[in-house]
Amino acid sequence: MKETTPATTPATPAQETSPLPLIPVPRGPVPQAPAEPERRMIEIKIDGHAVSVPEGSTILEAARNLGVDTPTLCFLESLTPVNVCRVCVVELEGSRTLVPACSRKVEPNMSIQTDSERVRLSRKLVLEFLASSVDVSTAPAFAGYMQRYGARPERFGDSAATVRQPVKIDNDLYVRDYAKCILCYKCVEACGVDAQNTFAIAVSGRGFSASIATEFQVPLPDSACVYCGNCIGVCPTGALMFKSEYDMRQAGAWDEPQQQQTTTICPYCGVGCNLIVHQQEGKIVKVTSPLDHPVTHGNLSIKGRFGWQFVQVEPAPK
Amino acid sequence: MDLHLTGARPTPEEKDAVDLELGQPESSWQGAQRHGGADSRTSFEGNQKAISQRHLLLPLLHAIQNRIGWISEGALNYASLRLDVPPAEAFGVASFYGMFALAPRPPAVAHVCDDIACMARGSEPLCEELAEKLGPEGAPCAGGRATWLRSNCLGLCERAPAVLMIRAGIKAQQRVLAPATPDRVESLVNDAANDCMPAAPDVLNPQLSVPQEGSRKLALLRRVGKSNTTQIDGYQRLGGYEALRKAMELGAERVLAEITASRLLGRGGAAFPAAKKWEALYVQRERLKKDPTRKHYLICNADESEPGTFKDRVIMEGDPFAVLEGMTIAALVTGAEKGYIYLRGEYPLAAERLAHAIEAARWEGFLGEDILGNGMRFDIELRRGAGAYICGEETALFNSIEGQRGEPRNKPPFPTQAGLFRQPTVVNNVETLINVPLIVSQGGAAYASIGTENSTGPRLFCVSGHVERPGVYEVPMGTTLRQLIDFAGGTAGTGRLRAVLLGGAAGTFVSPGEIDVPLTFEGTRAIGATLGSGVVMLLDDSTDMKEILLRIAAFFRHETCGQCVPCRVGVVRQQEALQRLVEGRPAKSKADELAMLREMAQAMRDASICGLGQTASSALESALARWDLFA
Repeated sequence: MKETTPATTPATPAQETSPLPLIPVPRGPVPQAPAEPERRMIEIKIDGHAVSVPEGSTILEAARNLGVDTPTLCFLESLTPVNVCRVCVVELEGSRTLVPACSRKVEPNMSIQTDSERVRLSRKLVLEFLASSVDVSTAPAFAGYMQRYGARPERFGDSAATVRQPVKIDNDLYVRDYAKCILCYKCVEACGVDAQNTFAIAVSGRGFSASIATEFQVPLPDSACVYCGNCIGVCPTGALMFKSEYDMRQAGAWDEPQQQQTTTICPYCGVGCNLIVHQQEGKIVKVTSPLDHPVTHGNLSIKGRFGWQFVQVEPAPK
Repeated sequence: MDLHLTGARPTPEEKDAVDLELGQPESSWQGAQRHGGADSRTSFEGNQKAISQRHLLLPLLHAIQNRIGWISEGALNYASLRLDVPPAEAFGVASFYGMFALAPRPPAVAHVCDDIACMARGSEPLCEELAEKLGPEGAPCAGGRATWLRSNCLGLCERAPAVLMIRAGIKAQQRVLAPATPDRVESLVNDAANDCMPAAPDVLNPQLSVPQEGSRKLALLRRVGKSNTTQIDGYQRLGGYEALRKAMELGAERVLAEITASRLLGRGGAAFPAAKKWEALYVQRERLKKDPTRKHYLICNADESEPGTFKDRVIMEGDPFAVLEGMTIAALVTGAEKGYIYLRGEYPLAAERLAHAIEAARWEGFLGEDILGNGMRFDIELRRGAGAYICGEETALFNSIEGQRGEPRNKPPFPTQAGLFRQPTVVNNVETLINVPLIVSQGGAAYASIGTENSTGPRLFCVSGHVERPGVYEVPMGTTLRQLIDFAGGTAGTGRLRAVLLGGAAGTFVSPGEIDVPLTFEGTRAIGATLGSGVVMLLDDSTDMKEILLRIAAFFRHETCGQCVPCRVGVVRQQEALQRLVEGRPAKSKADELAMLREMAQAMRDASICGLGQTASSALESALARWDLFA
């Protein structure tokens, strides 16, 4: 009898040794999250090629599945599409106007042209409109797109109105150069419901003079900004830039080809955000985060994005 | 989210303006004393309550602007606090609308229309003389208590040139002056500066605004100008609310059948079949019962801002109950229990009459919980725009009511799927809605026998510019443009017609050789023109068409919301190219500029989000197709 006691009352000795009550481990299979309902496949035609994509996909996703390269400016995988730049427009059979590929969901039997004359013309004009009114010199995507569509922004003449304005440097972490802003709404989304829920900035004004601003254009330190820098992470033109990068560019010291990128993990808290540390000549010049990271989707906090100076502080001389 | 506000505080007057609109703050969340609530625990629920109030932002901004004459940082902070709206977003909304000033401005502002219809009737000499009498545009005058500004179309084209005085204060006032002379504007400015403006905002003179007044042939305009039609008794004596009673007897399904049979097309400009919209909500009515969070909305689009359009204003001023009756019948079919009238901010008399009509209809049981004892529930709220043409676009209108910037949404989803507050919504124009009682009374088939096969019913036209008797005209669809011009007494000015603008700034020019076109949707389409919102603006041969085109280009540059690139930059490049052509200094060659304009027009038509960008080149293109203006 004595030998069998532990088997019939297995919890007793444990209770004696542990001050905490045991949490009973449920038996049976490990619970699983319910499987996503299988999405119906939708057949559409893109440039004459049949493609089958899950219901709810966008035309852009379908085109990418087919390997069709569609230009985008205001689109980012991690943000709600706002379809305002209109550079991704495609021709949809039966539609009076072109439709934005980034937000238009596929419907059965859609027939789409991604490189028709109408599409190319609209894309060219969108690029010309932007490049003639905005400083796109630090926008990585522009040069390639402009060449691809034969955009000649100079044809609007020297007196074409621009959104030129002085650069805003009102804090130590990042600068806002709205002369480079194409109003893609990404920073507003990142500051708002798509990431940070801080709502420090919004689109203000109307028409050609609309711009991203705090209330009454107060300096950033007076606004609700928490300096997460997620707006910089999504800016497609360099209108929002790390102060460190801006200063080096001003000094002519910014040398992107010479820079190394190292992926690491943020040392501050337990979330485990991935950091991409950009370094030039052995010094950290900025920190970004990979967009496709399952936890952060490219977002960081002020500490992860800006709090790296301690790494390169020279030890005080003895 | 916690609100972060700058240190700017509201003045007692600003705070009072906000509190009068919203009531006293109940909790410290909304700016009350920390222990201000009845049991000092109200702050726990205060925030939740505030979250649902975003849609009150526009009325609140109106309240501040009306009281003070401009919106200060402190006032905006307080409004943000009361509604729990981030101040950056509130600033984004306030700076979107033309009627709001965000820098100090004198309390009295005379808005002087210099748009195309007023241009044809002397707005330019008026502005020049005002500059001499009162000082330059925008500069304080009358002891710093007033100023004057140029304005886009005020919708008073039959009485051009027009001026709208807006005076802020405890009892804010608006006053229309049309036709305006420099002397009368000057004296109005002085009166406004000294707080002694006449109380009534305007008088509707039917002889002037409805030249056919008294004619037995009128259906839509039959009550305008009759005595007492703006009172509910007078309206009922003239047959008002008979159609609603009949509609209730018929039931929703048969009313919808009648509207379908009438083949009524929307009168706002897009000519969409009204019955199709209604049906889309009608078939969703079952889901309303199953899901209590689901609602249907009905909106009367009274944001009549297309230059040269004033028919809706005349209806709302002269027969406001007809609009309410049309809406109530629409609600019966669509299952909407809440309706909005979104009225443009520049229509003071229409606002007064509609507000009175809604009150009276509620009192008499034509609106409210149990309409005519039939168990039907429907009420209407009047909302005022604040100087943004784009808010007449239906999805921009939703955003405006919701307290967001009036930027159009991408479609799909369409309003009948996800409209106001993302609920199924029908939007009808004022004129479309006053056709409804008519159709119910006489039957869809009888209505469809008026006009032509594809364009049924009577139609209102806003005749203005160089014409002998400008005003709103009601004619059966299919009447030719020539007949309409003859009705209106023919071309005034030099008496020799140069061009007619159909459909407003977003419309098309037609030449004198084309005036035998029947005024139908299909007839105008055949000559590459449009009926649009019913604008028929005559221009005599002394008119400088280039100046008119430049004014239209300036209009679009001023009114584009700025959301999408093709429209935001396109309207600017279009104006610049046109300016170069007019000045005779094309960038490369004339042919090059014209080719560029055509390319821009194509891209704006193809790639813009909404109708504004898609039609911003329409008038220009139609003129270039008809005349060699830059020879």
